[in-house]
Amino acid sequence: MGKTIAEKILSNHANKDLKAGDLALCKVDFCFGQDGTSGLIIDSFNELKNSKVAEKDKFCMIIDHSAPSPNEKISEIHNKMRTFAKKHKVNIYDIGCGVCHQVVPEGGHVTCGDLVVGADSHTCTYGALNAFSTGMGSTDLSIIVASGKTWFKVPETVKVMVNGELAKGVFSKDIILHITGDVKSDGCTYKSIEFSGETIRNLTMDARFTITNMAIEVGAKAGIMEADEKTFEWLEKYSKKPCIPIRSDDDALYSQIKVYDASKIVPMVAKPHTVDNTATVEEVSDVKINQGYIGTCTNGRLEDLRIAACILKNKKVHPDVRFLVAPASSNIYSQALAEGLISSLIESGAVILTPGCGPCVGTHQGVPSDGEVVISTANRNFKGRMGNPKAFIYLASPATVAASVIEGKITDPRGYIK
Amino acid sequence: MKLKSKAIRLKQDNDVNTDYIISGRYKFQIQDPKELAKYVFNDLESDFLKRADGRSIIIAGSNFGCGSSREQAPLALKYAGIKAIIAKSFARIFYRNAFNLGIVLIETDTDNIADMDEIELDLDTGILKNRTKNSDVKFSPLPAFIKEVIRDGSIVKHFNKNGGFQF
Repeated sequence: MGKTIAEKILSNHANKDLKAGDLALCKVDFCFGQDGTSGLIIDSFNELKNSKVAEKDKFCMIIDHSAPSPNEKISEIHNKMRTFAKKHKVNIYDIGCGVCHQVVPEGGHVTCGDLVVGADSHTCTYGALNAFSTGMGSTDLSIIVASGKTWFKVPETVKVMVNGELAKGVFSKDIILHITGDVKSDGCTYKSIEFSGETIRNLTMDARFTITNMAIEVGAKAGIMEADEKTFEWLEKYSKKPCIPIRSDDDALYSQIKVYDASKIVPMVAKPHTVDNTATVEEVSDVKINQGYIGTCTNGRLEDLRIAACILKNKKVHPDVRFLVAPASSNIYSQALAEGLISSLIESGAVILTPGCGPCVGTHQGVPSDGEVVISTANRNFKGRMGNPKAFIYLASPATVAASVIEGKITDPRGYIK
Repeated sequence: MKLKSKAIRLKQDNDVNTDYIISGRYKFQIQDPKELAKYVFNDLESDFLKRADGRSIIIAGSNFGCGSSREQAPLALKYAGIKAIIAKSFARIFYRNAFNLGIVLIETDTDNIADMDEIELDLDTGILKNRTKNSDVKFSPLPAFIKEVIRDGSIVKHFNKNGGFQF
């Protein structure tokens, strides 16, 4: 019987032949923590006997969730991270570098076939680079930092095929919201997803990252894509690590195969307060908004900013709406500045925030007030997510957010795209 | 190894995410786990601790612990006195995090367990006794590796004791 990508990558890292269901100790190629999880990583690391960092170039920390610090308690966590990084001579990406899930791949730390673990649930993002990458908690991370290894139960794989041409104004965010609404939040729990099909192949790398980023929203352990010319080109630009692409065998065993027709997908939202509570934009087009946000590890990339700037060009944000934009990394910020996207967005009325998670996690910046409605390009809309349990969060594509901030209500972007 | 308690049935049954267990607002503000425990389930049912009143076994529906990787979620539960969670299913990251801290997670049908039912869990035989309903349910025994972690108290203690993982 052939193997899935997940079975192959985990086998390669355990040095033995594994199939779904097997438990194994695997060597991890790269691991990291962010400022919400690194405090506990450090505490747990210090509890380990004779702990030292196993391989200094295989671990880093990123200050992104609450950066720059809004208060002295968070400043303390940030300084704890900086002190640890200095003491153990490990890399730290400080405030303003960007969201971990953009900074880690841009930093060249991930390549095809890698096994990556991050103390952040959206670590599944790098599946777009043909890596098996997954989120774990702080204690698991501390053990990887100290030993270079962790245990895995090899997951079964669900194959998700997307074929057909996307209509204008419909983007990869709409694909993944559509899938999430169909599969539901626990539809792929403990499973790895292989995303494939001509629609996926036709997407840019920026757009692919949006899809793998949200694999965790259906409970998946990983969301992986096969590598192609676009992957190699992206990796060439950012990573010096050798790339050995991993493909699934033709006779690989899947627990389920799901097929979607992209031409039937329309602009989508996730309604409050769960990601699988999806609807078409048309169904909610009378909902008034108070705030729009474009950014996060899901949709804060250059292509996202280009789409937003294009829709908002020579137009103004609705007077009753606040519009926040956070580029996913300082690198993206610089490129967006060079392309004139930032000045164009400011001209329209956008407020540009420091590269990082921005208001997504509700720890700083842009907290909505009671009863307010936010439309965001993030990946989670749980009650209280943006800092106020009495606010309402809708998730959508950058195009839908851009069109919505112009009209002051949830708006189908297709009317804005020629 | 046995655990006994009156059951605490959560007000929300399915998809209790880690944001609801401990909100991002608190996890960044509070580093002391005892203090963090005071805010457990705050956005979901703010009277949880008062209602739990020392009970140590939570009963939930499916997909308990979905969402973020924050270990502050099981940590806050542990310091709130929770020793076991029985649910129809758990989200993956939470499952590892909770076991790593020594919290017992049991996957089984929970429809017949009501709030305040007297529960007894036998981890060796894999039997859940509901003393109130006078019923026994068999659950799949925990993998040997996980049982050892629970016996040792946490994954860190297990790791220190063995100088690594044994596979």
